[in-house]
Amino acid sequence: MPSHNKLKSRAAANVVSNIQIATNIYEMVLHHDDVSRATQPGQFINLYCNGKATLLPRPISICETQSDYGTMKIVYAVVGAGTEEFSQRQPGDTVDILGPLGHGYDMHEGVKEHIIVGGGLGIPPLLELTKRLIGKKKVVLGFRDETFLVDAFKHYADELYVATNDGSVGEQGTVIDILERHHIRGDMLYSCGPKAMLEEVQPWCIQHEIEGQISMEERMGCGFGACVGCVTKVKNQETEQWEYKKICSDGPIFYAKEVVFDV
Amino acid sequence: MCKSMEVNIAGITFKNPVMTASGTFQPRECGDYVDMNQLGAVVVKGIASEPWTGNATPRIAETYGGMLNSVGLQNPGVDVFLQEDLPFLEQCDTKIIVNIAGRMIQDYCEVAEKLQGTSIAMLELNISCPNIKEGGVAFGTDASMVEKVTREVKKYCDKPLIVKLSPNVTDITEMARAAVSGGADAISLINTLLGMVIDVHQRTPILSTKMGGLSGPAIKPIAVRMVYQVANAVEVPIIGMGGITTGEDAIEFILAGADAVAVGTAGLIHPTALTDVVQGIQYYMDRYNVKHIKELRGLVK
Repeated sequence: MPSHNKLKSRAAANVVSNIQIATNIYEMVLHHDDVSRATQPGQFINLYCNGKATLLPRPISICETQSDYGTMKIVYAVVGAGTEEFSQRQPGDTVDILGPLGHGYDMHEGVKEHIIVGGGLGIPPLLELTKRLIGKKKVVLGFRDETFLVDAFKHYADELYVATNDGSVGEQGTVIDILERHHIRGDMLYSCGPKAMLEEVQPWCIQHEIEGQISMEERMGCGFGACVGCVTKVKNQETEQWEYKKICSDGPIFYAKEVVFDV
Repeated sequence: MCKSMEVNIAGITFKNPVMTASGTFQPRECGDYVDMNQLGAVVVKGIASEPWTGNATPRIAETYGGMLNSVGLQNPGVDVFLQEDLPFLEQCDTKIIVNIAGRMIQDYCEVAEKLQGTSIAMLELNISCPNIKEGGVAFGTDASMVEKVTREVKKYCDKPLIVKLSPNVTDITEMARAAVSGGADAISLINTLLGMVIDVHQRTPILSTKMGGLSGPAIKPIAVRMVYQVANAVEVPIIGMGGITTGEDAIEFILAGADAVAVGTAGLIHPTALTDVVQGIQYYMDRYNVKHIKELRGLVK
């Protein structure tokens, strides 16, 4: 009979801080020992609303953990009723969470040069990754206009490139423009960002024969594999046929070469 | 005093009346969150004769007090189920019910036949999924088809057969009677209600399929009403579902005429909802000194 000694469940996390860091973007630090300690870069947590109308969890990636203190940081945008509710939480309040969920980035030993490519709200989970990777780290961050978290990356990146669509901060252009302009090369690429960006990152990896790992996103139901709502097409390496894989439990990190983007 | 939550449905004894609702439970993933040994039964997500890919995304939309889904019965097919999932489920001290899906009558029969002689306790005939074009709800909204599919599948089924009804009909009792005429050993209801959500900012439906199945607390009064109507129309046991989140919700269905209940959407939101419902029923029985859960069945006239 399967052992059920360690059932995972929703738990209240204490809000340590919750501050606005850019237009509509907030940074919340939560205290929960077990979740903080167990988190791998690229994983996410479910946050639950108090409202009885907004039942579904909000999956939010973990930006940074400080396991010594049992805390974790998330960076989120206010996009609807749920995230609006979270933005109102004050230090001392609690929020129900479940996690860490999903599979994070593979951090293979022996990889010497890492390329880390983030776009917009895909940037936060790359911070903990950049912190933990060993080797040379080249970080490319793309924003629409306003930037955030750039200073935090400065501590861990060996090379840091910042780009905005309008050139208002850093260089003008997309992350692909930056990769090309500066001839950035490496042994492994890690990316998280809007689907449109990932769709360009994938062929870039293939063209330059660099293994890539990308973080996928979709409207989720449960966040732990039960509802089969958030799927993405993944190519079976043996049969060459695609099949739907669950982003929440099989991902959210997939190898770039496996993901099939719908055109 | 020892109080019994044991229920009997079509000759099968369940330790308690709480089951998973098909489509909301993946044994291996959910096993990390729920102690399946504490459940009356695990109802496995719709299994077809071959793998189904399901619908394109987005498949999920939040609604007021509920959610819409348009998964479209993505499943690995009966062969993979038998090889990979069943041995895992067999390790648990609970009854296994398999929901079977198909596009044509023959598809259902094929799955039923392959499940003969296995450790599965019962089959649940899915003729009510609103998310597939052929079969599914097309069978479940036509009384003569309900009867015909049930009768055909029964020929290939060596286990009691539950027929799961769609609420997307004018008269649910007509469908229940048709299922019983076809030989259904039990009825489960309700499947999801066909719904739609539009993103007013993008001015498009949220779901890729435009419409999908509504579930969650928002649908509970409709489900209770339909269980009540069906319980007064047919004699076979009833498994009630639709928005059950607490023990009291489950009691409400039992009072309306259900023998057992299934918990679906609540388990997606609160992974421990299933076992919480079991405890909630126990608490209610203690509070009102109910010796046996079946005493409550259909008490509301």
